Amino acid sequence: MSIAQIAPREGYAKSLIEIAKTNDKIVVLDGDCAKSNLTNLFGAEYPDRFFNMGIAEQDIVGTAAGLALGGKIPFANAYANFLTGRAWDQMRISVCYSNLNVKIVGHNAGTSAAQEGATHLPFEDIALMRALPRMTVIVPCDSVEMEKAVKAAAEFEGPVYLRVGKLPAPVVTNEQDPFAIGKARILREGQDVTIISTGILLYEALQAADQLQADGISAEVIHCATIKPLDLDTIAASAAKTKRVVTVEEHSIVGGLTGAVAEGLTRVQPTLMRSVGNLDRFGFSGKMDELLDLLGMRAVNVIQAVHEIVEQPVRNESCQ
Amino acid sequence: MAKLTDERKGELTDAAKRARRTVLRALHQAGSGHPGGSFSQMEFMLVLYLEKLNHKPNEPEWEERDMVFLSKGHAAPGWYAVMAEAGYFPAEEIVATLRKPESRFQGHPGSEHTPGVDISSGSLGQGLSVANGVALAARLDGKNRRAYCVIGDGELQEGQVWEAAMSAAHFKLDNVCAIVDWNKIQLDTWTDQVKTLGDLKGKWATFGWHVIEIDGHDFQQIDDAFDEAAAVKGKPSVIIAHTIKGKGVTFMENDAKWHGLAPNEQELELALKELV
Repeated sequence: MSIAQIAPREGYAKSLIEIAKTNDKIVVLDGDCAKSNLTNLFGAEYPDRFFNMGIAEQDIVGTAAGLALGGKIPFANAYANFLTGRAWDQMRISVCYSNLNVKIVGHNAGTSAAQEGATHLPFEDIALMRALPRMTVIVPCDSVEMEKAVKAAAEFEGPVYLRVGKLPAPVVTNEQDPFAIGKARILREGQDVTIISTGILLYEALQAADQLQADGISAEVIHCATIKPLDLDTIAASAAKTKRVVTVEEHSIVGGLTGAVAEGLTRVQPTLMRSVGNLDRFGFSGKMDELLDLLGMRAVNVIQAVHEIVEQPVRNESCQ
Repeated sequence: MAKLTDERKGELTDAAKRARRTVLRALHQAGSGHPGGSFSQMEFMLVLYLEKLNHKPNEPEWEERDMVFLSKGHAAPGWYAVMAEAGYFPAEEIVATLRKPESRFQGHPGSEHTPGVDISSGSLGQGLSVANGVALAARLDGKNRRAYCVIGDGELQEGQVWEAAMSAAHFKLDNVCAIVDWNKIQLDTWTDQVKTLGDLKGKWATFGWHVIEIDGHDFQQIDDAFDEAAAVKGKPSVIIAHTIKGKGVTFMENDAKWHGLAPNEQELELALKELV
């Protein structure tokens, strides 16, 4: 059965325009990527509230901080790598240390930069954003959830990082599904292993769970759209039950969801883990599908990790 | 332009001496801090806070206030001392607590700590972008707010300053006023030896700014410059202020050593004698 595919950036642009109708504090900045990020649609609708800042990520973030000081809710858009890497210090001092209400939006995320190659493939952005005190980090799983995330980010007071993919990705949630910042969702209940995913790889995690079911392994699937603050209660309760966790992310396994879950579980429920994601290397040019295959970000990789981990002995005592 | 009376100039001169004494005593007790840049900016900061700003020192969060950003955040003690002169907080609190844990007066400006500090700074190059954002927001809301940004000359080596300079000119932000504290010395040595600024006036002019060049220790020239900047429409203004690093204390003047060094007991005594 084929599943609908929509680019997360479409949900992003649609939602931004929608919330700006009733919230005149919303302003949008972009760094000469408006056509790619679809913020040009916002610009066409609200020309007075759209600023193309040119190719200057540091200035974009600083200007957004000033707009926030002036009472606006700025959404600062640029390609994820250049925004989070180049303007990290501006986020640290002008936004987070100053505790300003700026929304940082990293586009072209994960494998969706595809054939652009290593320079444009962001696999470190979540790690960078997660390290900043006060930064909330949201990685929606599809375009439908993206719409809710944009609305939630606008209503949330404080710095937020939102990760947006460019190319079509499977739509796995629907309008009725709940979304709340800081809340993970259990999408499948299971006993043998907990699969925690973030972003568009939720689709792969669910496919893996189906196949594992057929193989006689019962997997619990948790969707973690907010990586910071992490919903450790939900994750730890599941880990206490299954004793095994596999994290799945379209990001480096260093410092992203894997890091967040490992750091959290170590404190309350030390758990045997495996991670599916980019294994601490640079990307390379290829179609998004090819990259997901070659970087090991598919259901088959999740299944393999689960098989590895369910065969490992675990200690039964929990850490209180 | 209005002339400052001799009496007013005398009052400002006294305030500058008091503020410099505050800085020296605070640095001495803290055992560290930055006197050089605190003193080079002293006169124009005083004119700004005591003559020009639309602000309410007893209500730092007042909605309509003009905003000042000290992009050269290491000169925080000088800024705090000027704000104390304006009535934001007692100078003695700066002297007693600068750079101590729990103090309202952090080593570099932290907006969550200090009344009147709207954004944190200390990582150089970031202030002008913020001023631009504030100016854009004011324009959207039809407010008369002005945004002032104090930039060090060494700080001009940071690329973001020029990104922001382009933005301010592009968006025609005539409610932005940058002040370059051109004291000619940065941490290591003379700025011209580290990386020359070349034709500084020409650089800003080419970027589309209205440029005003003054003696940054002359109260009348400073007062006139702020008035001129406020009168220019359709483009941002920059005041390039020729200043002397460590100004006011003979042995600190024009010496890179005093970029970031606290006076010891003897030096403090010697310096305070010059500031009575």
